[in-house]
Amino acid sequence: MPDTLLEVEDLRIHFPTQDGLVKSVDGVSFSLERGRTLGIVGESGSGKSVTSLGIMGLHGGSARISGHIRLDGEDLVAASATRVRELRGDKMAMIFQDPLSSLHPYFTVGSQIIEAYRIHNDVSKNAARKHAIDLLGRVGIPQPSVRVDDHPHQFSGGMRQRAMIAMALSCDPELLIADEPTTALDVTVQAQILDLISDLQSEFGSAVIMITHDLGVVAELSDDILVMYAGRVVEYGSAAQIFGRPSHPYTWGLLSSMPRLDRERTSRLVPIPGTPPSLIRVPAGCPFHPRCRYGHLNGGRSETEVPQLRETEDTGHLVACHLTAAERAKQWGLLSAGNVPDHDKEAVPQGGVET
Amino acid sequence: MINFIIRRLIGTVFLLIVVSLVTFAIFFLIPRLAGQNTYQLAAQYVGRNPTRQAVLQVEQQLGLADPLYLQYGRFLRGIVLGAHYRSGPSVTYCPPPCFGYSFRSQLPVWPQMMSDVPVTLSLAIGASVLWLIGGVSIGVLSALRKGTLFDRFSMGIALAGVSLPIFFTGLIALELFSYKWPIFPNVQFVPFTQNPVEWARNLILPWITLAFLYAALYARLTRAGMLETMSEDYIRTARAKGLPERKVVAKHGLRAALTPIVTIFGMDLGLLLGGAIITEVTFSLHGLGFFTVQAVNNQDLPEILGVTMLAAFFIVIANLVVDILYAVLDPRVRY
Repeated sequence: MPDTLLEVEDLRIHFPTQDGLVKSVDGVSFSLERGRTLGIVGESGSGKSVTSLGIMGLHGGSARISGHIRLDGEDLVAASATRVRELRGDKMAMIFQDPLSSLHPYFTVGSQIIEAYRIHNDVSKNAARKHAIDLLGRVGIPQPSVRVDDHPHQFSGGMRQRAMIAMALSCDPELLIADEPTTALDVTVQAQILDLISDLQSEFGSAVIMITHDLGVVAELSDDILVMYAGRVVEYGSAAQIFGRPSHPYTWGLLSSMPRLDRERTSRLVPIPGTPPSLIRVPAGCPFHPRCRYGHLNGGRSETEVPQLRETEDTGHLVACHLTAAERAKQWGLLSAGNVPDHDKEAVPQGGVET
Repeated sequence: MINFIIRRLIGTVFLLIVVSLVTFAIFFLIPRLAGQNTYQLAAQYVGRNPTRQAVLQVEQQLGLADPLYLQYGRFLRGIVLGAHYRSGPSVTYCPPPCFGYSFRSQLPVWPQMMSDVPVTLSLAIGASVLWLIGGVSIGVLSALRKGTLFDRFSMGIALAGVSLPIFFTGLIALELFSYKWPIFPNVQFVPFTQNPVEWARNLILPWITLAFLYAALYARLTRAGMLETMSEDYIRTARAKGLPERKVVAKHGLRAALTPIVTIFGMDLGLLLGGAIITEVTFSLHGLGFFTVQAVNNQDLPEILGVTMLAAFFIVIANLVVDILYAVLDPRVRY
């Protein structure tokens, strides 16, 4: 029996603004088992960060949230703010994108870890300090008993992210959310941090949600992948399914805009035309249709009918697209062989093309 | 840290020398560059309608015809070691720091200023305590309740506080609380050492008047700083740890938002110690500000020179204190 830790069901997070209702997350469902890693992929503004902040209860007071977030069976959407705060940092923890701005510049790294530990554990300052030094050592900070008294500005970028990880792991969380943990780091450091996260995951047995726009990162770490677009899930499946038989044109777009070392350099990288849509006026029908190169293959259904997330012929592989399975297989076959669709140069109306 | 303080101290001494140079230049060099001869300069020290002989005597006495570097040397020497003035056969000694003799009272300038310092000090310290507590707490509450009635109301009052001049609010306060409803006495300075209760009772109106202006300023500054800080990533981190919101604000938010306030506070206090001119005149408090106004009205050059140096000194010292405090508060500054 699978040991489900986190279950998200029809999660909606909407922000009322002066310009209208921003539907940052609009009906997202997924589940995550202990010890496994879920990668959430999408462009900026696809709602992946807001989803994770919603799980942590950090989406802010102005947001309207509905649906269910069950952590170990306990519904966090229905729970009181105090209860969610108690769980935060203890049972679930988060690592952020920019470790420099995420660490308080006026407090030492050690005191920030000690603080995180002592919120949820009734221990002496000394014991907490020992714990902090131990954690810093485990995340690979050299001379942890000395560096514990350093301020964040005395750390390098990679070390800061290690310190953030140490802080997040201080209370042995069962769920660790990493929101673009390597985006602000040097390429050489990125791999180290990812290795560290996966090592610690197996050591602590936590479930991990890895949020990124970098498919390379999820390919390396994730068991399952959730592709988000305009606040919705467009494709969901195991890493093997997503990389082996990607089924949504948006996923194809993400894959073909990524340089790969395992292929010959025969074809150019193909960017996804246009920009992500406004989350206030999401396009009618399939939200991706204004940028989709295959919309014409459905006789206009894309523009009127919202595609439902349905299971494909693969068990557990879900996709929200009007294309038939055969058509999808054919088009991905062509695309992965290096054939760019011919109406590539068509004008793309939605959101304007970035120049 | 010790190194840092020593470096700053050396810098401060250097700065004070520059201040003395500039002050000297304003009073002795610029008039000459503007075409005044030494006789005209000397005439300023003699009073109205002097005889030619008296002016020449002063010109010689003060050595106004000497080269400028000599004069500056004497000026510095007077401040550090004191000066001897020959008037006819007798020699008077002016002990350091010597800024010469006042025209008005014929007394050395320095002790006169010193007798006015307690008034200004009492006024500045009391008011600053009031405005710090009031301004910062209103600013923080406004930031946390941004957009609410409380925020709008207090920011409206703050706008009034920044805009209304002290001679207006001060007179209104006097009219209402001292004449119409005599809750507070007509302001008269009572030294703290003599009677602390009377000291405070007499100073409450000036304190509130002065603090109102600054509290308004500080409330707006604190609100802006707090709003910015609370949207920082590290505040999100503090929340993600599961820290209670009260502690997020009080520990992580305030700490960062207050650091720039400390800088501004130090400078404001330094400036006020040189004399809160309008407040002192409004309430007839004989502090350094009042002293300055009288010195200017009487064209009492030694007094003006002395009070300029003293005010500059306070600001330079405030600067030093702020620098050191900043290094203590912000670990990134130290090295």
